[in-house]
Amino acid sequence: MTLAKRIIPCLDVDQGRVVKGVKFLDIRDAGDPVEVAKRYNEEGADEVVFLDITASHEERDTMVHTVERMAREVFIPLTVGGGIRTLEDIRRMLNAGADKVSINSAAVNDPDFVRAASERFGAQCIVVAIDAKRVSEPGEAPSWEIFTHGGRKPTGIDVVDWAKRMAGNGAGEILLTSMDRDGTKDGFDLELTRAVSEAVEIPVIASGGVGNLQHLVDGIVEGRASAVLAASIFHFREASLPEAKRYLRERDIEVRI
Amino acid sequence: MSAKRLAIIDYGMGNLHSVASAINHVAPQVEVDVTADAERIHAADHVIFPGVGAIRDCMAEILRLGVDRKVKEALNEGKPVLGICVGMQALMSFSEENNGVDCLNILPGQVRRFPSKVVDDDGSRLKVPHMGWNQVEQTIDHPLWHGIAQNSHFYFVHSYYVQAEESGQVAGRCHYGVNFSAALQRDNLFAVQFHPEKSHTDGLQLLKNFVAWDGRP
Repeated sequence: MTLAKRIIPCLDVDQGRVVKGVKFLDIRDAGDPVEVAKRYNEEGADEVVFLDITASHEERDTMVHTVERMAREVFIPLTVGGGIRTLEDIRRMLNAGADKVSINSAAVNDPDFVRAASERFGAQCIVVAIDAKRVSEPGEAPSWEIFTHGGRKPTGIDVVDWAKRMAGNGAGEILLTSMDRDGTKDGFDLELTRAVSEAVEIPVIASGGVGNLQHLVDGIVEGRASAVLAASIFHFREASLPEAKRYLRERDIEVRI
Repeated sequence: MSAKRLAIIDYGMGNLHSVASAINHVAPQVEVDVTADAERIHAADHVIFPGVGAIRDCMAEILRLGVDRKVKEALNEGKPVLGICVGMQALMSFSEENNGVDCLNILPGQVRRFPSKVVDDDGSRLKVPHMGWNQVEQTIDHPLWHGIAQNSHFYFVHSYYVQAEESGQVAGRCHYGVNFSAALQRDNLFAVQFHPEKSHTDGLQLLKNFVAWDGRP
């Protein structure tokens, strides 16, 4: 009996629709996040992450309804991120049926927000998302800094220190994205993943850069991640979830099949 | 014959909609009532005792709202009762969480924290919370395991685990750094550490079995 490593497809949702495209030939409406989540659920996803990239506050209501619909039909854990700024935002998402919320810039703006959220709702539902960029020069000891605003704004905060601090504040899990690798398909920043994973006691989800199934293996074996997150390889059917699970199992990684 | 009723005891700790929607999904004919009201719990045929968050807060609300009496009453009446996650932990004698909290002592046993700085079988650090899908070994035949394969995966998320005192009450075992009780049973009571409502097909099957259960082991 071993805890399985998790494979987590991530959906970017804008105004209630999946963006960045999802190519499922036998789904009539590939833009509906609930349809996509159902499909991933049937294929064996271990969890699903919805990232709300909607800009305006009013449109958040759409996300709440999407989460409600998803929670009625899909019975695996759902994490919702994007625009979570207040305890009320968290309460609404959890009541709508989310199991966890992912907090990003609100944590950077106010680290005590994570503590308050964890005390109120429990560490099990508080995921802290970290967007990391490598700031060391080649040849130097590697170091990474937190960036906000989609990777445009540096904060001067060291990623490993921050991860420890967030774990201390009651985060239940860390969603770690390499902004250098995100969208490149070059694989995770494994040094980053391993540095954070070994620094904290809570689970780390590796994110950013998956281009093939070996990258998932590397994230788990070399990066020591508890879970691996990917978007485009699943959306564009470059690999299916059952293929990914088989690939990991053949390399002696415990997965749920 | 009137429809079967199922009460999910609501004592303000966490979101119970997931449990309710899972029951609606597997048993649309059952009337689901999310409530703390004694009469409505009394009127139910099946009772679910969930729980999430810190044990001290949970126990405080359980005692404040008299949920302990309602659970004991349901058990004495022979109704099938299902404890989930912290609901299961609250049924035990004592929890080490929050510097030690007395629990309901309905099932003898302790709730302990997963050890820190333990190395897992693959050499990596054992993460706490125990979060994700782990296998459950069914240690007895029970109506709630009907149609669920041995060593199936269920979804867990917890930092404290149950160590039952009476091995005869253990219905399922799990391993994460230590061996712990994943499921307990006694007469018309069944309790699980994992979240059946988030455990896909096997979790839904367990909830379906619960709704069909007459309370006899």
